[in-house]
Amino acid sequence: MRFAYYPGCTIGTTAIEFGLSTDAVCEALGVELVELEDWNCCGASSAHSLDHELSLRLPARNVALAQGTGLDVVTSCPACYQHVLAADLRLREDKAWRREMEEMLGFTYDGQERTRHLLEVLSTPELIEKVRQRTTHPLKGLRVVSYYGCVLVRPPEITGWDDPEHPVRMDLLMEAIGAEVVDWSYKVDCCGASLALSRSDVVITLSTRLAQAAKDAGADVIACACGMCQINLDTRQALEEKVPVLYFTELMGIAFGLPGVEKWLKKHTVDPRPVLRERGILP
Amino acid sequence: MAVAYELDPTFGRVVQGRSGVPILRCYFCQKCTAGCPVAYAMDYKPAQIVRLVQLGQKDAVLSSTAIWLCVGCETCGTRCPNQIRLAPMFDALRYMALEGGYKPEPSVYALHRSFLDSIRLWGRVHELSMLMQYKLRSRDLFSDLMMGIGLILKGKISFLPERIRGVSQVRKLYETGSSEVER
Amino acid sequence: MARIGVFVCHCGINIASTVDVKRVAEAAGQSPHVVFATDYKYMCSEPGQQLIRESIVKHNLDGVIVAACSPGMHEKTFRAASASAGLNPYRCEIANIREQCSWVHQNEPERATEKAIEIVQTMIEKVRRDESLHPSRLPITRRALVIGGGVAGMEAALTLANAGYPVVLVEREDRLGGKMARLSGTYLNFEAAPDLIQGRIEAVLNHPNIRVLLRSRVTNLEGYVGNFKVEVSGYKVSGSGGGDLKPETPKPETIEVGAVVVATGWDPYPMDRLPEYGGGEVPDVIDGLTFEEMLREGEIRRPSDGRVPQEVVFVQCAGSRDPERGVSYCSKVCCMYVAKQAMMYRQRVPEGEAYVFYIDIRSAGRGYDEFVQQAMERYDVLYLRGKVSKIFRRGDKVVVWGADTLVGRPVEIEADLVVLATPMLPSREATSLAQILRIQTNEYGFYNEAHPKLRPVESLTAGIYLAGAGQGPKDIPEAVAQAGGAAAKVLQLFAQEAMVQEPTVAYVIEDLCAACGVCVSVCPYGAREIHPVRRVATVNAALCQTCGACVVACPNKASRIHNWEPEQVLAMADVLMG
Repeated sequence: MRFAYYPGCTIGTTAIEFGLSTDAVCEALGVELVELEDWNCCGASSAHSLDHELSLRLPARNVALAQGTGLDVVTSCPACYQHVLAADLRLREDKAWRREMEEMLGFTYDGQERTRHLLEVLSTPELIEKVRQRTTHPLKGLRVVSYYGCVLVRPPEITGWDDPEHPVRMDLLMEAIGAEVVDWSYKVDCCGASLALSRSDVVITLSTRLAQAAKDAGADVIACACGMCQINLDTRQALEEKVPVLYFTELMGIAFGLPGVEKWLKKHTVDPRPVLRERGILP
Repeated sequence: MAVAYELDPTFGRVVQGRSGVPILRCYFCQKCTAGCPVAYAMDYKPAQIVRLVQLGQKDAVLSSTAIWLCVGCETCGTRCPNQIRLAPMFDALRYMALEGGYKPEPSVYALHRSFLDSIRLWGRVHELSMLMQYKLRSRDLFSDLMMGIGLILKGKISFLPERIRGVSQVRKLYETGSSEVER
Repeated sequence: MARIGVFVCHCGINIASTVDVKRVAEAAGQSPHVVFATDYKYMCSEPGQQLIRESIVKHNLDGVIVAACSPGMHEKTFRAASASAGLNPYRCEIANIREQCSWVHQNEPERATEKAIEIVQTMIEKVRRDESLHPSRLPITRRALVIGGGVAGMEAALTLANAGYPVVLVEREDRLGGKMARLSGTYLNFEAAPDLIQGRIEAVLNHPNIRVLLRSRVTNLEGYVGNFKVEVSGYKVSGSGGGDLKPETPKPETIEVGAVVVATGWDPYPMDRLPEYGGGEVPDVIDGLTFEEMLREGEIRRPSDGRVPQEVVFVQCAGSRDPERGVSYCSKVCCMYVAKQAMMYRQRVPEGEAYVFYIDIRSAGRGYDEFVQQAMERYDVLYLRGKVSKIFRRGDKVVVWGADTLVGRPVEIEADLVVLATPMLPSREATSLAQILRIQTNEYGFYNEAHPKLRPVESLTAGIYLAGAGQGPKDIPEAVAQAGGAAAKVLQLFAQEAMVQEPTVAYVIEDLCAACGVCVSVCPYGAREIHPVRRVATVNAALCQTCGACVVACPNKASRIHNWEPEQVLAMADVLMG
């Protein structure tokens, strides 16, 4: 199984443990990721906040890079995912714009390469079975809530591969690695990450509410699939006893008994290791 | 008695055309406001913005903080009974505010500008230099300082930017005709 | 000695949980006139009825008392059961021990039981004196009168005429078509109302079974269901052309009909009752029907100066849902026709702006809400939620002061034309016609139906049926549907071989009657009159409702009711007095 890989800007920096765990888990599952040559930033919420055209052009270049590879593109960042999909949709539907982009970026759009999110790719029935087989250290007794955040599942007409209100694909993965999935009502509530720096008052309120809701549900940790959500929840929850926030790939890595887990977990602001030890998952 | 609004139905049509969102369909059930995570911090709530757009209250809308606080999480658009996606409407309103010389919410605007400048410079965002630029722009030098240092110590923020090879191509993409990003 | 059977019903627990039904049966059995008494869980069930039938035969009963629920519920059931076993059904009576006993005395079971015993005792006294009676049969005049030549009246007339019955259609104006002929396009699909109605008018005028009387009114009605005598008077409409439409009655004419369909429709609300909206005073403030006529004729121009209005404000609920100053009810059609008018205005004057003030959008009906949404969505009509406070002139503009309650701010619009969606009132002649027809109206003059859920097309007077907006605000399809329903009711009547007349009505012992006329004046149903030649009071059995007013009023005790004879009533009273 081979994919072109568009990691997104945070993977090398604030979400470095997401990138490392993604690499390790994919390797363990035989999913080969071929990084797109010379990818650029998708512009994230800043581009669509200030200039609609730019917000489509920046991700269009990444679509261009994937053309001709014959590989579907996997990205681990939900914002990148949403923006690349929006650009791809416009390339598909707006012929004049497609020509303009093709000319500007020197490529030919063939529309064969679909863009998918890492969670979508890893939670197919086939791979879930593989995950189950590969699990050597099941996360028994670890109570996990799945947190999808906003743009992974919305707007459904662009990103929709799971239910926009009650998505379950991360839950299925968590079950497959032996964790105890705890139901809660905040799976798709936004954490406000795009205001993390400019209006930290707002994101502290939202992140704290989410962390508190996870605790109220009885969760030990929050599993997430977005670099923005993770750093936001990890650094902005204003609780006395904080809830660790882990990437779903990190939890998979632990369950697979992969080397290097310690290195990822050290990167967290809220250290997840105490609770993992308490549950007998880490030595 | 409050001063009566003078109505301008043309404004709603302009925003509808620019955003591609069927704003005139709104029947004001306020489901968007009810579900919006940041509504509590907005001066006008999302449904009120839609209504003010319908009524043509251009100044009130374009100078509101609400249009800068929308985080684009698409909760409203996903649940709206009339398929009105407010996020693209808020995008369009921000563009119109900037074009019309309305003052944006300073910190939000500063961050977006710094972010886009960073991409234009390197092709990807370089957090450290972007943050420094943002701090200077917003004149808010010290907030989140400890958090930033913590992240640096954990190796989550790199000191040196990497420039992608295709950066000139990226810069060409910035020539969209919008004074905002070319400035 | 009579041979009466008494059957005490438990009604599940409805009676039996309060009243000791066994004791009631035992007590009844003590009477020398009762030869059989028993109790049963549900007398109205098939085994219960079978018990009555078998007992009548086995004990050779000459009277039956069922102690159970109100006679309104099952008197017919038990009388039919008795009749099938060979007993005259009028010797079967109900002792009501549910509504009048167990239900109202739930906290006093002992006294309730005693009361139930007494109720049964009174009925024993009545039944032992009951006569065997036989219903009479009356012929039916199979011709219908339809009052009102609008869309509802024409629908009823055509349905009846197509079924093969002669119909007389009376219309006060000099043309058919009613209000619908004055409308422009109908809502939902903008179909031209005049075209639609023209087809109906031609069908009516050319129908061999329909006689159309224009410029005519019903001025009197006598008789009863199946056998009415209607007086129809023609009159001159001042300044009316009339055209080719010949049929009319110059002199009062009496027509015999078996049934009447009342379809007199609605009239607009007087504009001068809306002074705060400049009604009747500002020429560019008009009502919805006037705007309809503009749309129908094609040109939308201001009444004041003939200019094409560039800004039009529609005001919904102008006078409606306003119990203090206007009418309390909702006229139901305005939300829809205003949306349509605003859309048609935007079609004709694309550069113009249309605003609608509303307090709710009431668009219930298939496709209705979608239609109103279209006005906002496709025609950019700006809807403002709030009641308008004041409309007045400023130069050549009409200023509308309202509010948008959604943002909580007042709004002011300088308009060129204002259209008020005023309430539908019943036809201005509805109240006087109701008196002639002896049917009831509500406080506004809308005809009352016999039951709001189960008998919506009948009046409380047998043989008189309702169709269209005269019964309450309605749109075209509803009026047509109701007219079809009313016609079906008439056909049901006409399909009977004869009218069955209950015998338990008033009669007169002529030897005692002094022709004083008291009974005539107290009878609420017009069933009594003094015979002009024989000088005795008579009873029109078809109209009598057995209310007993004449019996009480008659100084000579000449007025009686079959099986409610004074001896019976006094014997019943004796039981209660002890």
